[in-house]
Amino acid sequence: MAPTKRLSTARAILRILPYVRPALPRITLGAVAALVGAVVALLIPQVLRSLVDGPLGEGDLSGLWWAVGAVLALGALEAGMIWLRRWFVLVPGTHVEADMRNALYARLQDLPVAFHDRWPSGQLLSRMSTDLSLIRRWLSFGIVLLVVNVVTVAIGFVFLLNLSWQLGVLFIICSIPLWIYTFVFENKYSRVARLSQDQAGDLATSVEESVHGIRVLKAFGRGHHALESFTKQAEELRTTEIEKARAIAGIWLWLLLVPDVTFALSLLGGVLLAANGALTVGGLVAFFATAAVLRWPVESIGFLLSMTFDTRTAVDRFFEVMDETNPIVDPEHPSEASRGEGRLVFENAHFRYQDAHAGSRDIVDGVDLELLPGETMALVGLTGCGKTTLTALTTRLYDLTEGRILLDGVDIRELTREQLRERIAMGFEEAILFSSTVRDNVLLGRPDASESELAEALEIAQADFVHALPEGLDTTVGEEGMSLSGGQRQRLALARAVAAKPSVLVLDDPLSALDVDTEAAVEAGLRRVLSSTTALIVAHRPSTVQLADRVALMRDGRIVDVGTHSELLARSEHYRFVISSLEVES
Amino acid sequence: MSRLDVEEERDDLSRAENKLLQGRSVRLLGSLVRPLGRTVALTAVVILVSTVAQVAGPGLIALGIDNGLPAVLEGDWWPLGLTVAAYIATGILGAVLVAWYTILTAKLSQTMLIDLRKRVFLHTQRLSLEFHENYTSGRIISRQTSDLESIKELLANGLNQLVQGGLYMVFIAIALLVVDWVSGLILLLSLVPLAILTRWFQVSSQRMFRRTRVASARMIVHFVETMTGIRAVQAFRKERRNEREFGALVEDNRDANAKVIQLFGTYEPVLILIGNVTLGVVLLVGGFRVADGSLPVGALLAALLYTRNFFAPAEEMAMFYNSYQSAAAALEKISGVLEELPSVPDPVKPVELSEAKGAVSFDDVTFAYTPERVILPSFTLDIPAGQTLALVGTTGAGKSTLAKLIARFYDPSDGAVTLDGVDLRELSPADLRRAIVMVTQEAYLFSGTIADNIALGRPGADLAEIQDAAKAVGAHDFICALPDGYGTDVNKRGGRVSAGQRQLVSFARAFLADPAVLILDEATASLDIPSERAVQRGLQTLLADRTAVIIAHRLSTVEIADRVLVMEHGRIVEDGAPAELIAGDGRFSRMHAAWRQSLV
Repeated sequence: MAPTKRLSTARAILRILPYVRPALPRITLGAVAALVGAVVALLIPQVLRSLVDGPLGEGDLSGLWWAVGAVLALGALEAGMIWLRRWFVLVPGTHVEADMRNALYARLQDLPVAFHDRWPSGQLLSRMSTDLSLIRRWLSFGIVLLVVNVVTVAIGFVFLLNLSWQLGVLFIICSIPLWIYTFVFENKYSRVARLSQDQAGDLATSVEESVHGIRVLKAFGRGHHALESFTKQAEELRTTEIEKARAIAGIWLWLLLVPDVTFALSLLGGVLLAANGALTVGGLVAFFATAAVLRWPVESIGFLLSMTFDTRTAVDRFFEVMDETNPIVDPEHPSEASRGEGRLVFENAHFRYQDAHAGSRDIVDGVDLELLPGETMALVGLTGCGKTTLTALTTRLYDLTEGRILLDGVDIRELTREQLRERIAMGFEEAILFSSTVRDNVLLGRPDASESELAEALEIAQADFVHALPEGLDTTVGEEGMSLSGGQRQRLALARAVAAKPSVLVLDDPLSALDVDTEAAVEAGLRRVLSSTTALIVAHRPSTVQLADRVALMRDGRIVDVGTHSELLARSEHYRFVISSLEVES
Repeated sequence: MSRLDVEEERDDLSRAENKLLQGRSVRLLGSLVRPLGRTVALTAVVILVSTVAQVAGPGLIALGIDNGLPAVLEGDWWPLGLTVAAYIATGILGAVLVAWYTILTAKLSQTMLIDLRKRVFLHTQRLSLEFHENYTSGRIISRQTSDLESIKELLANGLNQLVQGGLYMVFIAIALLVVDWVSGLILLLSLVPLAILTRWFQVSSQRMFRRTRVASARMIVHFVETMTGIRAVQAFRKERRNEREFGALVEDNRDANAKVIQLFGTYEPVLILIGNVTLGVVLLVGGFRVADGSLPVGALLAALLYTRNFFAPAEEMAMFYNSYQSAAAALEKISGVLEELPSVPDPVKPVELSEAKGAVSFDDVTFAYTPERVILPSFTLDIPAGQTLALVGTTGAGKSTLAKLIARFYDPSDGAVTLDGVDLRELSPADLRRAIVMVTQEAYLFSGTIADNIALGRPGADLAEIQDAAKAVGAHDFICALPDGYGTDVNKRGGRVSAGQRQLVSFARAFLADPAVLILDEATASLDIPSERAVQRGLQTLLADRTAVIIAHRLSTVEIADRVLVMEHGRIVEDGAPAELIAGDGRFSRMHAAWRQSLV
C-alpha cells in the first residue's frame, strides 16, 4: 500500500512539470552542485584519516600543513558549491511561482460566473497566495535538498563501508526503521496537511466576508458575533495544526533516536575493532567524522518530507481550479458575420443551476422573445422571477441549458466571447467600479473611444459630478480611490455601458439608486441612445418602462405577455399588480 | 493616515522609523507571549535539557576513544560500556525531549496565533468605516491572510529552531571549552566574522523583506478586486488588461522575493566558508598538539566534530532567520493595524442606557472629512422619539452622511449627536447597537443559510421568530420557494437570491433586531412595487412605536412619514409635515409632483 501511495505523491507533484520544464536544466544543475558539495564535505574525513594514521602518528608536521591545506581547499569548494546551487535555483523557484500564479489568475478570469458563485473567494485567495508560495519554497530548496540529501546519505554509506564494512553494515541495518517510518509518516501527515490548507482557505473566506460585510456587522453591532464563528474556525485549524505537529514530532523522534543509537553501537563496535587491530585509530576518527557529516542530511529528511507533502496538497489544490472545465468556451470556428443591426432573439431559452434540486423548475423556463433592431424592450416581473438571469444569458456570463439566443441571426455560442461582449454591453444593478481612474472605468468596454464620446456618455448618464472630483476624469475611484455614493456609482456604470457603443444594450434596473430629478434627466439622455440601439432593460418602475417601445412581462421564468405599456395595463392583471397600483391579485 | 502611508509605500526607512516599527512589533510579540509564561518556561526547560543531551555526543565519543580504547586493550570493559550506555541514554533523552518540545511549541505557537488572529479580526471590526475605506478591503484581507501566514510559519517552525539552534551553539562552545580550551577559543574567535556577516545580512534583507510584504499585499488587493467584480470583468472584456496589470504585480512580487533569496545565496556560502576555515585552523593547532602528545586524538576528533556541528545549526538558523525576517515585516504591518486607534472609539466609562426611547438630536453638528471638504455645515435638528422622518434630496446632498452620524459610523467633527440626551460617544457599543440599527442599500449576505442571515439581527432567535420577521416584511413567500426554504445556503443549490430578495432579507434582519431607532438608507431601491408595498405595510406596524429615519428616492416611502426634510448641498432647506410641504410650492412639492407623474 505504501509504495503506490508514494508513487501517487510523486505523480501528483509531477503535474507541475509543464510549468517547471523551462527551469528544469537549472534545477538539475543546482542539484549537481549540491551533490558535489556534499561529496566534498564527505572527503574532509578522509583527509583526517590519512592525517591521523600518517603524519600525526609519525610526528611529520609538514604532512599536517598539507592536510590543513586540503581541508581548507575542500571547505572553500563546499562553500563555492553552495553558492552555485543557490544561484542555479534562484530563477526556477521565483519564475515558476510567478508563471503558475499568472496561469491561475487567467484561468479564474476565464471560468464562468457560475464557478465563482460556487467557490468561496477565500479558497481562491489561499490558493493564489499561500499554496503557490509553498510550491516556490519547495522548488527552490525542498526538492533539491531532498534528492541531494538522500543521495548524500547513500554515498556516505559507501564511504562508511569502505572505512569498515562491519560498521557500515551496522549503519545500513539501523537505518531501515527510518525508511519504514517515512511511509507511516506520509499516511499520517498527508491527511492533516490537506485538512489544514482547506481550513485555512475557509478562514480566509471568513476574513473576506467580515471585511466586505463590515457595514452590516457595524450597523447591527455584530462584530463579536462574527468573531465567535471566526474563532470556532480558527480553533479547528489550531487542532489540525497541532495534529500536524504530533506527526512531525513522531518522525523527529525516530530521526534523532536512530542515528544516536547507531552512533553508540558503532562506538562500541569501533573501539572493539580498533582494539583488535581491524581498524586504525585514523579510520575510527574518519568514521565518526563521516557519520557526523551525514547527520544533518538524515535529520533534515523529516521537514523536507513534510514540506513535500504540503507541496503535494498545494499542487492538488492548484489543479482543482485548473482542472475545472469551462463549459463556456469560444467556438472552434467563430462566425465571421460582421456586426449587425442588433436583432436579439431568444428561442426556447432555458437555464438552471447545475446543483439545483431535481424536480425544481428552471430559473429561466422556456423564454421566446424577439427584440427588433433599435427596439427598446422593458423586462418586468416580480423579484426573483428570473429577469437578471435572463439578462446574464445574453453575454454568456451563464450559458443556456436548453434553447438558443440569436444575435443578428447568429447563435451567440458561434461568436467568440470577445466578439459577443463587444456587441452586447451590460449595466449591472450593483455598480462595480474598479480601482482606476474615472476615465478607465467608463471606457472599460472601449478603451480607444475619443474624448468627445467619453464626454457624451458621461452626459447621458448625468455623471457630470466627475468634473467636480479633485482630479476630474483622472481621479481614482473604486476601492483604492474616492468613495462615491450609490447613485454616483450607478451613473458611472451606466455611462460605461453607453460608452461601449454596443449593438445591444442590456441594463439591469439601471436607475434604482437615483433620485427622482436625476432619474428624469438620465431618462431623457437615455432616450437619445435608445432611439438607435437595441436594448433590454429590467425595470421595476413605470418611469423606467416609459423608455421602452414594448414590455415583456416575466413570471416564474417565462415570458407571459408582450405588448406596449398601455396594452399590458389594459389586459394583464399580473402586470397591473407588478408595476402599478393593483394591491392584490385575484 | 500618514503613518500608514509611510509603511505601505516605502522600504528605505530612517533609523528612527525603523526603531518605531521594531518597538511596535516587539510590544505586540511581548503581549502575545506574556499570558503564556508558564508554558513558555516549561518549553524553555525542555529545549535546554534536550540541547545538553544532544551536545554530549562528540564528547562521549572522545571519551570512548581516549579512555575506552586503552582500557579495553588492558581488558577493562567498564569505561567503554559506561560511555556507550551514557551515549544511548543521552540519545534517547534528547530524541524524546525534542519530540516533546515539538508538540509543546506547536501548542504554544498555535495559542499565540489564535490570540493574534482574534485580536486583528476584532480590531478591524472596531475600526471606523473611514479606516476601512482608506485602507481598503484587499489590504485588510492581506494583513489577515498572507501576513498572518508568514507569522505562522515563524511560530510553527522557525522560533523553536532559532532558540534551539542558538542554545546548541552556546552549549557546543561550552562543551568544546571543556574538552579542549584552545580549540574553544578558536571557535569563539570565529564568532567575530560570523557576527559581522549576520549583521550585514540582517540590515540589507530587512528592507527586502518589507518590500515582499508590500508587493504581496498589492497582488492580493488586485486579486480580490478582480474576483469580487468578475461579472463586470467578463462583461467588459477586462481579462487581457487585468492579466497585464496582475502580471506586473506578480513580477514585482517575484523580483522582491528573488532579491531576498539572492542575499541569502551570498550569506549561506560565506557562513559555510567561515565554518570550514575555522575547522582548518582547529585542525592545524590541534594537529601540532597531537603530534607533540599534548592532546589526545579523541579530543581532536571531538573538537573537529563540535566545530562542524557548531556551524551546522548556524546554517539552519540562517534559514529560519529568513522566516523570522519575513514574519517581522508582517508583524510590523499587523502591529500597525492594531495600533491604529478607532476614529470612532468606544467610551471608557459608558453611560448606561438600558431602555432607549429613541429621541435623536443633532446639536450644532458639523461634519467634514478635512477642513476643506465640509460635507455637512453646522446644523441643529431634533427628532422626537417615535417620529418617522424622511430625508429627501439629490444624490450627494448629504443624506447618507447624516444617517451615518446617527448610526455612529462616523463621529461629527464638531457638536454632538445624542440619543435620549446622551452623547452617542458615551454609549457602550452594545447599548448603541441595540438602540440604533441601520439598513443600507448594499444588502450583504454572509455565507450560511437564509435563516442565519436573518438571525444576525438578533443572535439566538428561534426559527419561529425568524419567520415572523420575514413575514412582517413580506419575505416569507420567496424564502419558502427557495430550494431548502429557510435552510437554503445562500451560495449553494440554486439558492442565489436576487438583489431585491437580499434587501428583503436585510429588512427582516432589522425587523428582528427590534431597535428603538431604525435608519433605512435607500433600503428599498431594488424592490419591485409589490414587495415595496408589502414592506410599506410592514413598516407601518414596525414604525408605529419607534423612531425612524428613512432615505428614499421613491417618494412612496415618504407617504408614511410624519415629517420630511429636504436636503441640498449638506443643508436642510425644507422641513415640515409631508402634506404641508406638498401643499406649498417648494422643492418637495415639485419633486412630489414629478414623482406622481412617473408612476403612470
